[in-house]
Parts: sequence; C-alpha cells; structure tokens
Amino acid sequence: MSEPLALSSGSEAPSATDGARTLPSLTASLRRSRTLTEALTAWTLAGPAVFFLLVLFFLPVIGVFVIALTDWQFGARTLSFVGLANFREAFADGGFRTSLFNTVIYVLIVVPGTLVLGLVIALLIESGKSCRPFYRAIHFLPFMATMTAMAIAWEALLHPTIGLVNQTLAAIGLPTANWLRDENTALPVLAVIGIWQNLGYAMILFLAGLKSIPKDLYDAADVDGADLWLDRLCTVTLPMLGPVSMFVVIVVALRAFECFDTVKVLTQGGPGHASEVLLYTLYRESFEYLRTGYGAAIAVVFLAIVVTLTLVQTRVMDRKVHYQ
Amino acid sequence: MASVLLDSINKNYGQTSVLRGVSLSIADGEFLTLLGPSGCGKSTLLRILAGLEMQDAGTVSIGERVVDGLRPKRRDVAMVFQSYALYPHLTIASNMALPLRMRQLSALQRLPLLGGLLPGTERIVAEIETEVTRTATLLGIGHLLSRKPGQLSGGQRQRVAVGRAMVRHPAVFLMDEPLSNLDATLRVQMRAEIKELHQRLGVTFVYVTHDQAEAMTLSDRVAVMLDGELLQVAPPQDIYADPDDRRVAEFIGSPKINMLEGVVRERGLIDVAGSTLPIEADALAGAHLTLGIRPEAFHLADHGGQGALTGSVRMIEHMGSDLFVHLDLAGIDHPLIARLLAERTPDIAPGQTLHVGVRPDRVLLFARDGQRLLFARDGQRLRREVESAGASITPIRELAR
Repeated sequence: MSEPLALSSGSEAPSATDGARTLPSLTASLRRSRTLTEALTAWTLAGPAVFFLLVLFFLPVIGVFVIALTDWQFGARTLSFVGLANFREAFADGGFRTSLFNTVIYVLIVVPGTLVLGLVIALLIESGKSCRPFYRAIHFLPFMATMTAMAIAWEALLHPTIGLVNQTLAAIGLPTANWLRDENTALPVLAVIGIWQNLGYAMILFLAGLKSIPKDLYDAADVDGADLWLDRLCTVTLPMLGPVSMFVVIVVALRAFECFDTVKVLTQGGPGHASEVLLYTLYRESFEYLRTGYGAAIAVVFLAIVVTLTLVQTRVMDRKVHYQ
Repeated sequence: MASVLLDSINKNYGQTSVLRGVSLSIADGEFLTLLGPSGCGKSTLLRILAGLEMQDAGTVSIGERVVDGLRPKRRDVAMVFQSYALYPHLTIASNMALPLRMRQLSALQRLPLLGGLLPGTERIVAEIETEVTRTATLLGIGHLLSRKPGQLSGGQRQRVAVGRAMVRHPAVFLMDEPLSNLDATLRVQMRAEIKELHQRLGVTFVYVTHDQAEAMTLSDRVAVMLDGELLQVAPPQDIYADPDDRRVAEFIGSPKINMLEGVVRERGLIDVAGSTLPIEADALAGAHLTLGIRPEAFHLADHGGQGALTGSVRMIEHMGSDLFVHLDLAGIDHPLIARLLAERTPDIAPGQTLHVGVRPDRVLLFARDGQRLLFARDGQRLRREVESAGASITPIRELAR
C-alpha cells in the first residue's frame, strides 16, 4: 500500500505522474487476481465435501420437503401437489398423535434415566480404585453392540414363560407380566432397554467430565467447609459437570427420538399403538403402506424436532452451563 | 489468632520420602514463608498444615491444640490456592459467602427454596451478605460481586481468593504460591498488598513460594526447604547474610553467591584462586574449605596480591547503578561474579585484567559437608577445636546447642 503512495509523491520525473495512475490500478488488479486464486483454492479444497453434502444431505432434505407437499405413493408414476394436506391429516390422525405422544414419553423416560444412572455409575467407578477398566467396559458394551441383535437377546429375556426376567420374578414371589404384549408395560420396557443402551455412553462422558474437574476445587471446598459427600457433590461436582450433562441430555434425547430398532424387532408398535414411536410410524407409512408423501410429512415433523433440540443446545443452554 | 507448631513431620509417597522430620514453630501473628525449589516438599507441608493431607508421623498443633486427624474446616485455617480455585459457576459474592454459609447455616437452611423459609435463615444470610460486602469493599472488589470468576482478570481473581479466605476471620492464613499466575508488574503490586493485609489483620500467615524475592520482601522469617528437609529458619536478612548451610547460601541471592575452594595456609590466611586472603578460620593449616562470597562483597582494587583476586573480564552486565562483572580466575572453571558500583568503576572491557578486593568479614566459610564455619567477627568468637586439618568439623548447629 505504501509503495504506490511513495512513488506518486515523487515530483522530479514525469513518469511519476503516470505511475500514480497506472501503479494503483496494477496493484488493484494484482489484488483481484490474488483474491481469485484464493477463492479458487478454497473451493477446490472444500469442493468434495460441499458436493457430497449437497448430494447426500441438502438435496434429499429438499426432496423430502417437496414430497411432503404431494400425494405421491412409492412407485406411482403420477403425483399432484396437495399443499399442507399431509400435515393436516397427520395432526388430525389419532394414530400419529399417539405415536408423537409415545415418542415424547419414551424420551422423557430415557433421558433422565440415562442421565441419572450414567452419572451414578460414573461416580461409583471414579470413587472406587479397583477394576475400573472392567466396569467401564461392561457398561460401555451395550452402546457398541448392534441394537437389532441386542433386541433379540432382550426378547428372549422378556419371554412371558421361559424368559429369565419372569422366571426370576416368579422365583422370588413377585408378579410376572407379558412385558412386550401388555399395553401398560410395552413402552416403559422399551424405554428401559433404551436407557440400558445409552447408559455406557453417558457414563464415559461423565467419567471424562469428572477427570477434568480441577482437584484444587475439591481442596477449596474442603477448607471452606463443604467437606461432606453431598456438599462436595452440590458445590463442585454437579456444577462442574454442567457442560457435560448438557451434552449428554441433547445427544441422548436425539438418540431417543431416533428409536426404531427395538420397536421394529420387539413390538412392531403394538399392542395396538401402545409402543408406536415417530420413526416407526414414518417407516410403516412410507415403506409398508407406501404412502410416501404422508411419510415425508412425518419426516419433516421429525426433522423440526431434531433441529429445534440442536438449536436449544447451541443457543440457550450452552450459555448457562459454561460459566462465561 | 494462633501460633502453629509442626513437630517431626514425616511424609512418604510410596518409596519416596517427601518430608523428613520437619519441625517448625510459628509465632502468633508471624508471617512465615516456606521457600524452596519445586519438589522440595513445601506445598506438601502446607497441605498437611491445612489438613488436606495427612502426615505419616509427627504432630501439627494450631493455637496449642493438636489438630491431627481434624478435617480442614475444623482447623480454623483459610487457604489461598495457586490456581485461586474459585467456583466458576458461582458469582463473586457467592464464592466469598460459601465458607460462611457452610459454617453458619445448617444443611436444611442451605436448601435452595425451603431453606429461606426456616427460622433464622434470613437473618444469617443478611449477616453473611454484610460481611461479604464489607470484605469486598476492603479489597477493592465491591463492584465485582455480581460477576462470575470467568469475567475477572488474574489480579481480581486473586483478590477474590484472598477475600474468600478473609471473610471468616481464620486463625491462620495459608497461601500456596498465590502470585505465581500473575504477570511481573501485578506480582509486585499484589506482594505489597499481601504485606499490607498481614499488617492490618495481624494474624498468622504461612506462605509458600519458590520466589526468593517474595520470601525476602514479605516475611518476618523465612524457612528454607530442600529435598524434604528444613535447612534454616531465620529472618530474611539473616538467611541472606548468615546462612547455616552452603545450599541455603546458594539458593538465596541473585546473582548466585560465588563459591571458591580454598586451603588454610596458616592462622588468618587462606589460599584461594592463586591469591591469599586474610581471613580468620578456626581450622588448622592445610584444611580445605569453601569460601562463599556474595557479588557485592567485592570492590575494585588497584593492584593484585594479598587480599585481592585477579582475573580477566569475561563479560559485563550493566544494571544501571551497578555492574555485574564476570571474571575468569586462574584454576577456577566457572566465572566469578562481582557487583561493582558503576560510578566508581572505570571503563573496563572484556579480556582486560581486573583486581578485586574482598571484605574479609563478608566471606562465608563452609566445611566440605556444606556446614557453615563461623570465624571471628565483631569481637565475638565461637571457640572450637578442630582435630585435624580438613577432617570432620563439628557442625555449627551442634556447637550452638
């Protein structure tokens, strides 16, 4: 910048006045070409990712939005736009409302259950000294396992006559139940399996969170008089786990909303609609009844819930738990 | 207010011995600094005093009460941590109020909503608020009470940490390197503030640092620690001028004290670095000694010979009023550093030969095992016998007993 200015201020040579005109324009064009090169490099580097994001994510999402406004049936050669009719039908349909309600209940059991149990197990593992890797591994295993296979194992455990659960209950004189075929127990049992599946993940996150709490804070709490177990928990541990807890709540909530495998394998949404959840309804409408337009409308509702949850995390709660 | 007594404290971590028989008596209202390099056990000693760690042997008394086995909160001590250890989720007011809430409110009264309804809670909370505001105003952080620690600068956080310690008027203040996370300017300022705080409160302060400048400026007495042992406890000027041990002499002072090997020629004369210095030592001729000479004990001499050392100038450091002159002496591998007055020193250049005189009364003599040897000074003479030249010389501490 200073170079052309210095040149243009020269007075002795006639070429200096020419330079004053040409040099800035030269510099400007140089700058333009440099900006162009930078932009080109940036697009070349980001290109593949942008392409796949477009093809695999944005275009399908737009497609779903468009299909949700049509009456298209899977395989049909014709379709017509019906506006918001699919959404109106969904919210008027008792089956969909039950499914939405069940999903919310499922999430409301799984999230607090996973949060509390994950934290308790993490605290227990952290407070003990022996076999830590073993406890960590056995609690983390369900998270790693294929849920469909695990669901079959649960089916065997919950079998009304030969299942281990009922046999154990009978042995100690407690009432038994047909867990997956009773409309009062089907959804809670699925939620318990959901907790079992996510527990290890929450536990690992909490263990990492516990490790990152500065020891000085516990020492300060000791000196300040907060030296009982509960006082330490309330003064240091829980507040310092705030950010981790927030993350666990959001991630587990998203995973709970996505519940599908266990429902498909164990109950198929039954008995009646007792265990029908959003993703299962979406699947059935789209791929069993082939009402793709209607299924897409459900997908849009599902997407709205997921996006809202993510926004809540980044906007509102993030600020309250990071203590800035 | 209380005195502190540490008696034969031992502490081991597995096979490693961290503290070995440390005994220390701290007077009521005294400012005592534990000074030593990293890993010397000073922080462990402070944590044992606070009750955050338990000693393997020995007794800790605070205010003539044995506190072994008592939890930190029952010891009536407050501690300021190096990291400040402020609770990041609480406001400054809540941070400072916490020690008072924990002591003055019952577990039920501390409950978030219900607690406020219980009889007496409102009055106690109001009292706590008054005390917190008073202390915060005193420390100049009254306007920060509604902020969180994350929004404060290092110096402000440090004040909050001190405030949290102050609110409940402890008998003993413990400070674990409280200034080491601050920048140099702020450190000097906070140093003065801590000194002022001690004078105003008049309670016992135990301060841990590895920074000798902090120890020398703040303390009534300095306890120098090395490798888990207490080497010397004395006022700062004595630690500097009259160290008991070679390691203390070497740890204190910047630039470091010059250590020169010497041999007693005859009574009152010691051969060192090719010269002879007129120094009285209670050792027989032929005894090997180490002479500790602080850089400022030198002065420029006109000529070499008896009473002066001669060397060639290796490097000159200009410090304004003083010069640090590094001299290479014959037969000595490390340079000798002399602090000379700039105005009395003519232009000197590296490579030049320089003669420096030594004040005999400023020379510290150490036996081979590092123990200090006293010699005639100020008309006071410690009588002692040395069996043979260079052989075992009775340590000074035993003599003092």
